[in-house]
Amino acid sequence: MSPTPSSESHAPARTRPGRSPLHRMPAGIKLLVLAAAGTGLAFTTSLWVLGGALALTGAGYAIARQPVRRLFGVIRPMIWLLVPIFLVQGFMESWILAVAIVTRIITLVALAQLVTLTTPSDTMIAVITRALTPFRVFGVHPGKVALAISLALRFLPVIGGLAQEVRDAQRARGLGHNPLALALPLLIRTLRMAGDVTDAIEARSGGDDDEDAAPARTPVPVTPRAGSAAASSPAPAPRSS
Amino acid sequence: MKHTVVRTKDIVLIALFAALMAALALFPPITIPALGVPITAQSMGVMLSGAILGAKRGGLSILLFLLLVAIGLPLLSGGRGGLGVFFGPTAGFMFGWVLGAVLIGYLHERAWATIEPFKSFLYCFLGGIVVVYAIGIPWASVNTGVSLVKVAVGSLAFIPGDMLKAGLTALAVVAIRKAFPAMHQPAA
Repeated sequence: MSPTPSSESHAPARTRPGRSPLHRMPAGIKLLVLAAAGTGLAFTTSLWVLGGALALTGAGYAIARQPVRRLFGVIRPMIWLLVPIFLVQGFMESWILAVAIVTRIITLVALAQLVTLTTPSDTMIAVITRALTPFRVFGVHPGKVALAISLALRFLPVIGGLAQEVRDAQRARGLGHNPLALALPLLIRTLRMAGDVTDAIEARSGGDDDEDAAPARTPVPVTPRAGSAAASSPAPAPRSS
Repeated sequence: MKHTVVRTKDIVLIALFAALMAALALFPPITIPALGVPITAQSMGVMLSGAILGAKRGGLSILLFLLLVAIGLPLLSGGRGGLGVFFGPTAGFMFGWVLGAVLIGYLHERAWATIEPFKSFLYCFLGGIVVVYAIGIPWASVNTGVSLVKVAVGSLAFIPGDMLKAGLTALAVVAIRKAFPAMHQPAA
């Protein structure tokens, strides 16, 4: 199960491959460290602790050989929030607190992003599916979650392409700025696609009444840029194996 | 829903609407000049998923979308993604999306046969604005140390845009009900 090739608009997973100790560390441990840091740092405003955590995170980027600029994509959209937060805290409370709070946010965001950068998304999916196993008693079926994830990855470029098509078509009609003229055709085509894809999956996995049946892992027969063709008639299912 | 088991059709719909959430990030944000706040289409996806898929499937589709963001796909508006976004000041709004979609879905399921634009707008307002802000504002306050009241006042600028999205969703939902009247019945 790997992220399917995506359209121009959706870059694939942002994981940067590498062989560093951080890349090789089990994903579950990385997520536990992240959870511990997130909980622990929430209770401190000590500049020593927060500064130390930021320095350790920076060391992590060095060990994983990740240029810090890869972090800017996440931090930049937050600037318009971080600057007012810094100023409000500085003027209302104290400048030390302002530095501490902004440092905490940047440290946690940077650490979380480091986990993302060093963990391939299929590894992350495997960890999530494994972590869900105990929830079986509550009716959570890890295989179905895995199916949902792989289907969604498959649909991303399809729906993205569909949205683009609808936009182009409505622009040609002079409706490019009418949000309803954009949303409705997109919704209707998406809902129509649901029936065709379901039939295709059930045709190959023999229905879904058996709770323990292995989910269909084969690619769903949806043409990459599904237009009206895919919406009205199911594409022929490619035979796997 | 009568069936508690999530069926194949449900999984497909959940995955499709998670992808739809991602596609909405591609629509360029509209900026209302008087407010200067960019309005992104993405949070409209929350209202649409809840209203069209119902409580369970709608909530799960948003959860699935957040899962895709968490594993590193840059699907949030502005091309953001990765675990980092869940530790920022606005993460509470994203967690609020899940519960918001569940409430919108629950209300729409109950009233599906007689849904009309104003009712749908009201439901989207309750789930997509009241619930989302009720989780997002305290989170931002704790995350940033800024008082609840100040965060709430700062968030007011986004309300007009969200009301507009609730209105658009309501109109879309009524049209969808005409095209797919059986939407809220369990997949046969």
